[in-house]
Amino acid sequence: MDEARILRRGLSPRLWLAGGWLLVALLAAIFAPLIAPQDPLAQDLMLEHLPPFWLDGAEPGYWLGTDSLGRDLLSRLIFGGRIAFIVAFAAASAACLVGSALGLIAGYFGGWADRIISRVVDIWMAFPPVLFAILLVAVLGTGLSSVIIAIAVIDWTRFCRVIRAEAMSQARMDYVESARIAGYGRIGIMLREVLPNVVPSVVALLSLEMGIAVIVEAILSFVNLSISTDDPTWGGIIAEGRLSIHQAWWVLVFPLATLILTVLSFSQFGEGLKARFDPVLR
Amino acid sequence: MLLQRFLVRLLTMLVTLFGVAVVVFVVIRVAPGDPIAMMLPPGASDADIARLRALYGLDKGIVQQFFIWLGGVLHGDFGTSISLRQDVLGLVFNRLPATLELATVALLMAVAIGVTAAIFGARSRGTAIEAGIDIASGATLSIPDFLWGLVLILLFGVLLPVFDISGRVSPQLDLPFVTQFYLVESLLRLRFDLTWDLLKHMLMPAVALALPLAAIIAQLLKQSLKEVLDLDYVVLARVKGFSETQVILREALKNAALPTLTLVGVQFTFLIGGTVIVERLFSYEGLGNMAIDAVINRDLPLIQGIVLVFALLFVLINLAVDMMYALLNPRLRHG
Repeated sequence: MDEARILRRGLSPRLWLAGGWLLVALLAAIFAPLIAPQDPLAQDLMLEHLPPFWLDGAEPGYWLGTDSLGRDLLSRLIFGGRIAFIVAFAAASAACLVGSALGLIAGYFGGWADRIISRVVDIWMAFPPVLFAILLVAVLGTGLSSVIIAIAVIDWTRFCRVIRAEAMSQARMDYVESARIAGYGRIGIMLREVLPNVVPSVVALLSLEMGIAVIVEAILSFVNLSISTDDPTWGGIIAEGRLSIHQAWWVLVFPLATLILTVLSFSQFGEGLKARFDPVLR
Repeated sequence: MLLQRFLVRLLTMLVTLFGVAVVVFVVIRVAPGDPIAMMLPPGASDADIARLRALYGLDKGIVQQFFIWLGGVLHGDFGTSISLRQDVLGLVFNRLPATLELATVALLMAVAIGVTAAIFGARSRGTAIEAGIDIASGATLSIPDFLWGLVLILLFGVLLPVFDISGRVSPQLDLPFVTQFYLVESLLRLRFDLTWDLLKHMLMPAVALALPLAAIIAQLLKQSLKEVLDLDYVVLARVKGFSETQVILREALKNAALPTLTLVGVQFTFLIGGTVIVERLFSYEGLGNMAIDAVINRDLPLIQGIVLVFALLFVLINLAVDMMYALLNPRLRHG
């Protein structure tokens, strides 16, 4: 791949937009204590259901209004981003590592390894994923690590299926045969020749999976099974917003918009990267 | 050839179901909470606890428990729900029709929207309309059903309150139904007032489930239509004087549908999986909503039963799609 030419081509608008939003949200999450205008946990019943700044009755300093306990919505969204990004990176990486390794083995070696791994994937695909996630978190106990483990345990199959198919087609290519003739071992060929060629697919999937992980975390928070109830999470805020939807629409609208933008950005970023690295599309 | 294919599939299906049963059993038995302790009032004696444990078979070894449960399942006995104290199979069958009706309505909507968009896109290929359909379907696809559900609640529950966003049917209505297939039965009894009420409740969750699938259908079918539209026989139909829409509907659609069909089958299982959270979001009294309650209440027999029924549904759909594909694909039919 001609790296210099890729760099010269510049970024497509969708990579710019998606990457830009993700960068802003990530920086806000990292520097949350410096940026957040209020303490995200501070309750004040005198400030209950304050509207966002452009409406009558808004208070300065509470830009996006407050929830039913008078907590500042913007600060809660900024702090909620921390958990969203931690889950996104940790769960997606874990799922990617397990799934890609098994997919590579199944696709490259074939035979019994492939048969067993494919059967397990079939079994996994027969579970409703959301129910499986809720069940796992209920079993493991709520908490950040349980959420991450649950997502990784469920979603490794996405990587496994794609990488298996990729590795299978790569294994039939001439360059693999020449490497074998040149005297390389099978594991050596798998890691040195096949692995680098499946990387573009892995990268695109990884970005997509981060978006999925953010959603699953939100769903788990929504059914009250994610992190502790004190820490603000996007799903937790949405659950509150769903309850007070007729009194304070903003408690649902802002976290929902944040979640949609983030998920769209992750998937578009992945697609954009794939298009960039895919030799056929390029 | 077809029969052989069918039997092989059936066998793998049974292996898959057995695997699901093992996995769910192992996962549940790792659970630290004691469901028996939750059932009894505080201060229950050890003898009471032991008696209940024996009643639910929890005092035996884990492998023994698994085979006792599996033996029961094969006889149609899924055990007794711990939180609701009723027969699991009865509870599941009571709720399954609501979920099946919701999923079917969602599937029909997805196919209707997706196919329409694909035909429009293929008809106006190379124009701004096609580009618009591409962008819309790309964005629709990236947003999962959970978020669509919330968007719909905001739009049509609050901003423009025209649809019901909670429940399956208005609670004040007097229902004459003897089965749980309310929608089907309301149609058969010609009680269209009830059909309308049911649809008003079902529409929002069904749209939330349908949109991502509709987008996938639109993308894939449009792609295959465009490929078919360049083939000789389609060009011939065009020369004969058929309009572009006629050509697509009469000639191209039939041959372009096959790859989409396989995909719709797999995606339909994803759609059914999505009912779990969408039912929760809209307080729709289906199987998925009951499943979440079962997990929260640590109702092990009920969780096992529901997961197994979902898995059975998934493998049956995959089997049906696979068979349909084999029947429709001439290369496999005569192969």
